[in-house]
Amino acid sequence: MTAVSVHDVWKSYDGRPVLERLNIEVEEGAFCAIVGASGCGKSTFLRLLLAQELPSRGEIRIADADPATEPQADRGIVFQRYSVFPHLTVRDNLIFAAEIAASRTLGRTWGRTRRNLRDEAEATLERVGLGHAAKLCPSALSGGMQQRLAIAQALTKKPKVLLLDEPFGALDPGTRATMHEFLLELWRETAMTIFMVTHDIKEAFKLATRILAFDKVRDDPTDPGAYGATITYDLPLDDKTEKDAFNGPN
Amino acid sequence: MRWINRRPRRPAAIILALVPFVIVIGAYVIASDIRLAENPSDRLTPAPSQIIDTFVMLATEPDRRTGRIPLWSDTWASLQRLLAGVAIAAGIGLVFGLLIGLLPFARAGLAPFAAAISLVPPLALLPILFIVFGLGETAKIVLIVVGIGPFLIRDLSQRVLEIPSELLVKAQTLGASTWQIALRVALPQVLPRLVQAVRLSLGPAWLFLIAAEAIAAEGGLGYRIFLVRRYLAMDIILSYVVWITFLAFLLDYALKSLSRAAFAWFHGGEDL
Repeated sequence: MTAVSVHDVWKSYDGRPVLERLNIEVEEGAFCAIVGASGCGKSTFLRLLLAQELPSRGEIRIADADPATEPQADRGIVFQRYSVFPHLTVRDNLIFAAEIAASRTLGRTWGRTRRNLRDEAEATLERVGLGHAAKLCPSALSGGMQQRLAIAQALTKKPKVLLLDEPFGALDPGTRATMHEFLLELWRETAMTIFMVTHDIKEAFKLATRILAFDKVRDDPTDPGAYGATITYDLPLDDKTEKDAFNGPN
Repeated sequence: MRWINRRPRRPAAIILALVPFVIVIGAYVIASDIRLAENPSDRLTPAPSQIIDTFVMLATEPDRRTGRIPLWSDTWASLQRLLAGVAIAAGIGLVFGLLIGLLPFARAGLAPFAAAISLVPPLALLPILFIVFGLGETAKIVLIVVGIGPFLIRDLSQRVLEIPSELLVKAQTLGASTWQIALRVALPQVLPRLVQAVRLSLGPAWLFLIAAEAIAAEGGLGYRIFLVRRYLAMDIILSYVVWITFLAFLLDYALKSLSRAAFAWFHGGEDL
């Protein structure tokens, strides 16, 4: 089944195209790594998928639904920074979505409802290795732990598509490797579709089942901003899932 | 070693902090001594001992005419006005700050107006306030609100705008509505900043309070100072100035402690 279909999408700012002629179909359960030089529109593409920005032309559909006009719960997002709420404890970050859904007017729960939500969150926290940190503020966590929390939080609404904007860019190599395992495990469990913007080509080949490389194909030397970037390589790494499922990553 | 890298140790820091106080108080004592030696009935620079005596008298002996102890009745009257004015201004600042900061439509409609209003000198409006609201409490409280409200609105809208857009987007992907985002994301994030802004605006609030009391009041710290000015009662004026400074310090300290206790997540780093 097609999870994401991008049909003839262009994005311009002030008449200057940043992205042009984007056409892809992504199968459900795919792990797409988006790579390319700085400023080639990778993050813009992610914001379009998120519906934080709308395409100037063309349309993006997720699970054949109508194109979204604003960010909504069928797509999860993890940014490189500011991905979790700093004023909530780790546990309350995890139950945020459930509290919002339970109380339309105050967005907050009390008493037994809240206790139940917290108990449920406890299991998730243990699962993602944050059990000891439930009552801490995110600022007390290391960068890797914060990103674990951000990913766990993004998954609380069970999104069809998970979008990751350089999620491990600020982490040291050791932590990054653990986070890769963590992410792959979650991906196999949930069978969701993932898009990850990354600068790290090795990371892209290690994790992804499909690599989308962005670059400019048309270039006007007298007017560098005249054309936008598009997908220049669409590289499937098909044997990925089976191989890794048996052998583990690396 | 460069001066930007040299730091005083703890005892040196305490001494350095005391030096300006000692210099100012010492200068006053010497000036007072010199003037009193020339003319023992000089009223402009009363001796520190006399100021302390006057302060004790103001704080313990009831006024013959009203039967109330001046210091406490004045303090009570002034603090009521100040706290009412600051609380109302803070409420207005918070509501409009959230509206302007979160909603592009409210921003388009209200931000230029708030910016224009904040340029009106509040004291120039004081006669209008007295004409419209009479000489009672309302005009004084409204002066404080008019005086610090626009600053609070502008400061808080800016703080709301500075909330990382990532957090607002994340909340949307978790299913939150505009109202829920305002309540659960923006409000808790700007509350500590509201306390900061209120701390900064307490100085102007005192200014407007004392100005209003100086012109028309039947009691209050500013009223007393301007009343006894006619008799050159410097001992009373100086007692009140020190007392007002102390109250201002207490309020600031209380707000700072409140913020630290209530918003621990916000106070990771150092602040003044």
